[in-house]
Amino acid sequence: MKYRFTRKQLAIPYALFLLVFVIAPLVVIISYALTGSDGHVSLKNLAGFFSDPNTMGTLLYSLMLALVTTAVCLLIAYPVAYALAFSQIKRRSVILLLFIMPMWINFTLRLTALKEILTLIEGNLAFHPFLNSVIGMSYDFLPFMILPIYNQLERMDKSLMEAASDLGADRKQVFLRVTFPLSIPGVVSGIAMVFLPAMTNYVVLEMLYNSTYIMGSLIGSYFSAYDWHGGSMISLILLALICIFTLLGGGNKEENARGGSLV
Amino acid sequence: MAEDNIIELKNITKRFDDDGSIAVRDFNLSVRRGEFVTFLGPSGCGKTTTLRMIAGFDMPTEGKILLDGSDITLLPPNKRPINTVFQRYALFPHMNIFENIAFGLKLKKLPREEIVNKVKHVLDLVDLEGFEERSVATLSGGQQQRIAIARALVNEPKILLLDEPLGALDLKMRKEMQIELKAMHQQLGITFIYVTHDQEEALTMSDKIVVMNRGSIQQIGTPEDIYNEPKNAYVADFIGESNIFKGIMTGKLKCRFCGGEFVCMDDVDEGTLVDVVVRPEDVILTAPEEGTVVGTVTAVTFKGMHYEITVESGKYEMVIVSTRAQKVGDTVGMCLEPDGIHVMIAEDHTTRFEATVTADLKLDYNGKTIECDICDIIPGSRIVEGVLTDSAGSAIDTDRLKVHVSIEPGDIEMSDDVDAGLTRGHIINLIYKGDHYCYVVRTDHGHDLIVDDEYLWNMGDQVGLILPEEKMSFALKK
Repeated sequence: MKYRFTRKQLAIPYALFLLVFVIAPLVVIISYALTGSDGHVSLKNLAGFFSDPNTMGTLLYSLMLALVTTAVCLLIAYPVAYALAFSQIKRRSVILLLFIMPMWINFTLRLTALKEILTLIEGNLAFHPFLNSVIGMSYDFLPFMILPIYNQLERMDKSLMEAASDLGADRKQVFLRVTFPLSIPGVVSGIAMVFLPAMTNYVVLEMLYNSTYIMGSLIGSYFSAYDWHGGSMISLILLALICIFTLLGGGNKEENARGGSLV
Repeated sequence: MAEDNIIELKNITKRFDDDGSIAVRDFNLSVRRGEFVTFLGPSGCGKTTTLRMIAGFDMPTEGKILLDGSDITLLPPNKRPINTVFQRYALFPHMNIFENIAFGLKLKKLPREEIVNKVKHVLDLVDLEGFEERSVATLSGGQQQRIAIARALVNEPKILLLDEPLGALDLKMRKEMQIELKAMHQQLGITFIYVTHDQEEALTMSDKIVVMNRGSIQQIGTPEDIYNEPKNAYVADFIGESNIFKGIMTGKLKCRFCGGEFVCMDDVDEGTLVDVVVRPEDVILTAPEEGTVVGTVTAVTFKGMHYEITVESGKYEMVIVSTRAQKVGDTVGMCLEPDGIHVMIAEDHTTRFEATVTADLKLDYNGKTIECDICDIIPGSRIVEGVLTDSAGSAIDTDRLKVHVSIEPGDIEMSDDVDAGLTRGHIINLIYKGDHYCYVVRTDHGHDLIVDDEYLWNMGDQVGLILPEEKMSFALKK
């Protein structure tokens, strides 16, 4: 007689995974964030973050960097995704692949190559740290913006655009009133996938010789100084920021979830 | 009168760029103002493509479209006073019902108050008063369909195009909408062009039906014309149930088919080969001794309103609709009134192709050899030491020689082994003709040829086509 698993039993491995790798670390972070070095519960870390001009400066710099990177990615990705989704070209999956393929090459290798190119153009990377970081991040995160938008556009019922044109809309009006509004879920998940990593991925900055701290490097610096409490608080603040952005952007949950699918 | 035509399609041909296939071939149609015209045909017959060219979504490869006499062939959809009801409705999911319907009006920059009034008016028309604030997702399929119609009608188009608008609805809903659409058409006086594959729908609603098959118009006419006087076997088979037989005219208004001689009403020259269409409801069952043809009942099916009776007479089979039941195995007589017989001159279904002459003086078609004696084809020619010479003895240049080969549909054999014959293809159409099936086989080279076969094959079957050399006739190409 074969043994049949119940639903509950089948959920056990995932529940365990969640417990060990998601819930437990979160509990640890929260408990560290809300305690001082003496072990007592306090909001000192929180107050410390917002009163320290250095950390606030880092937060602002990260936000700026993430904002510009996201904007650049969006400006490049949308036309590309649009062209890929609606053009008549035969091998569009191949062209899509060309944009995705850099993801298959090791991240540091890619950045090293980019660094060489930028050095060739600019002479010294130190002259344009912010610009270089934006270029590096945009290069890195572009596929994550293209894919969700492409998926959304490609899946769109083409007869909706025909209907708009049939009802008297010219090409610009079709785009502004139908195509773009319907692609917003894809844009939102693209932004979510680019904006948040752009705030924390300090490896890009380090490799491009930008010594300014962003949120990721800030947390790292606290941890390497054994300040688990301060570092955890910053992680928690970042987590809160992520939650706020997701809630702001994710009004249409269901479609957003589908738009987020990568392949 | 020419100025009464709202739209005219002249020699429209549509060839798709990607594979060069022809979707619509030399399509000519004039639609009168206020008419309800239906494009009827199986899927892939080009009816939707034609509609899309009228709407402006596709551009014809050749030909012209005239709207009220002016050329609109290259005008984009938004510049045409024509609106479309899409097969899958195509309502904008990010807008509510009011915004959906007002879409076209807002683009025209009408004052808000007028828009509100017009939207209310069309919602009234489609029986969905007060639905303005509802979202698309909360509506049933039937309601979405009505909104799609309202959204098109609110723009007061000169022509309303409907692309299988009822295809996604259940039977009862479909019947209701058929009646409502017809009523709307009469009330509004707008020209409707309707696309469907449902022959009953077409017969119920239309003023004029355009029967299409494989990109070409088969027949244009009123529903009565199309049903009673089908122009060819295809139309007869597609519209309603019918028995189709091969026959021959045996005298003035006399036709022999199905093993009997009948009086008919179509004056066709004696000796002409014809296709005869007999509608099941036109066959009169009689006592065996009174019938023109006698047969045995092989099947009886109760259909509610009537019985469907299949009678076999010799090698022919006839389907009959009758209110009175018969017993399987009974012998019955069958009669036909002259107006129950529709005679069509049989189309010439001979397959013709060109073959080349090879160096060793055989015929070649696409790399396959046809065994035949070339000296029989060219009168007076002889083969002298491997060289073909004419009657005067001088050599004939075989490189430039081409031979017309033709073969009758009944002489072509189909085989499961796709490589068994001269060429191969798949079956794209079949019509039962009383004692045999008539198949249209599309070869891998894209040629369609007609094959008569007594056995049943299925649509889409891959078959090898065996063309026996002894049944071919040859003629030299001049």
